[in-house]
Amino acid sequence: MLELLELTGIATIQDSGRRGWKKFGVPTSGPMDWFAHQAANSLLDTPPNSAVIELGLGEITFRALRDTTLAVTGAGYEVETYVWTFPLWTTFYVRAGWTVRVKKISGGNWAYIAIAGGFDSPIIMNSRSAYLRGGLGSALKTGDILHSGKPANELIKLAARDFPVEKFIPYSQTPVIDVIPAPQADWFTAEGIRAFYESEYSLSPSFDRMGYRLHMLPSRLPKSQRLRKSIELISEGMTMGSIQIPADGQPIVMMADAPTTGGYLKIANVIRADLPLLAQCETGVSRIRFRETTVDDARKKYHVIARAVG
Amino acid sequence: MLKPLGDSAILIQLGDAIDPILNQRVHALSALLQTIPAVIETVPAYCTLLVHYDPLATTYDQIKNLIDEKISHLDESTHRPSRRLEIPVLYGGASGPDLEPAATTLALSPSELIRLHSQREYTVYMMGFTPGFPYMGILDEKLTLPRLSNPRTRVPAGSVAIAGSQTGIYPVDSPGGWHILGHTPLKLFDPTSENPFLFAPGDVVKFIPGDGR
Repeated sequence: MLELLELTGIATIQDSGRRGWKKFGVPTSGPMDWFAHQAANSLLDTPPNSAVIELGLGEITFRALRDTTLAVTGAGYEVETYVWTFPLWTTFYVRAGWTVRVKKISGGNWAYIAIAGGFDSPIIMNSRSAYLRGGLGSALKTGDILHSGKPANELIKLAARDFPVEKFIPYSQTPVIDVIPAPQADWFTAEGIRAFYESEYSLSPSFDRMGYRLHMLPSRLPKSQRLRKSIELISEGMTMGSIQIPADGQPIVMMADAPTTGGYLKIANVIRADLPLLAQCETGVSRIRFRETTVDDARKKYHVIARAVG
Repeated sequence: MLKPLGDSAILIQLGDAIDPILNQRVHALSALLQTIPAVIETVPAYCTLLVHYDPLATTYDQIKNLIDEKISHLDESTHRPSRRLEIPVLYGGASGPDLEPAATTLALSPSELIRLHSQREYTVYMMGFTPGFPYMGILDEKLTLPRLSNPRTRVPAGSVAIAGSQTGIYPVDSPGGWHILGHTPLKLFDPTSENPFLFAPGDVVKFIPGDGR
């Protein structure tokens, strides 16, 4: 049981997501970085779908009201408790009364705070994941008391664990993100496609759980040179990782809370294995590139890293 | 006709128009695909169906073959009869602030606009924008209007509105750029209910003008 003392960022409860409601317009939600989310749960022997706190764009401080064991994963944070400072990707025992601060440093956007037994918050439409724009769940706030379920093991046996280095994925400030060409890739000119893959991108400061707007560096092609067709797309389904190119030519990558459908052209789709790398890219720091891959290679890559946290 | 959208979804394109018959095929195919175990969920849209699948349970080629098989039986499959819903609407006044200006722009009387909007049966082509928002059509072509040039920052839940060749109902308070003709007291979205949504894609909807009682 935790009491939230202070919060400067955005913190929500996220399990692995809400499935089965997309045809009604409800996105999956769930973690921005699925790898860090599942790793936090696997460190505490909780099922992969268990609910954790996702923290972004700021810091959180809470007090343990009972003894517990926590795991914090993700990128761009460190943990202070009692007299110690821990890096992420470890578990640690916390005594009742101790405060824990998850503190922002550089290197990423999202931290995942898992608790032995998983957070026990209300289930709405088969999921604990908050979807704030749709009014499902709510943002955490100062004074909240967070309950947890029954731990899978003795608290002390879950503590002092490290995530194995060899299972780590290559979080980077200069990631090369693998993508699969999207159904409308052939609406773009060869020049437009080449510019997409040859450019470097930075992340716009106005990113959120819905989407990441990227800035093409050094410059983008005018629309007339980018597109072979100028007809409008009829709205169709899309998914986390879909890269839309709106009229201004700057890509928007759909993220966890992305709408289920959209009417902008999609040039490519980020593969699951690389979504965590993109999710942790930082505004003003990261330089992002895209590389074309195939569905088969994407599946192989996903299998390897999903197994690492499965 | 089948193309990957990333490594865990397939986009099925059945045509490239906003057309009721084509859209019915989308909904029929969506129903057929629910029996494939690796399919997590489907998202029907106007002329496409997006199939989300579990890449740990299947490969692209396997699921593509299963879908192709279902598509080949699409025409002989018995179409599930659509649900037909009647939606009471209070048109005009504070419930429908755009009724009179829209009528003026369309060179119709408000009562003629109400008659044209409520005499047809509409199909829910797809849902999206906000949870439970039904995109319905086709409107009588005399009712075609562009979106508002200044979208409202808050449209109340239950607002019945038109834009282009379509009509819809706002399920939750949200921003919106459609012309609000009236209001229904029915609740379109209740996350605490076992059936959270009033509508489903493929439903047939008819508006019943009410007198506010």
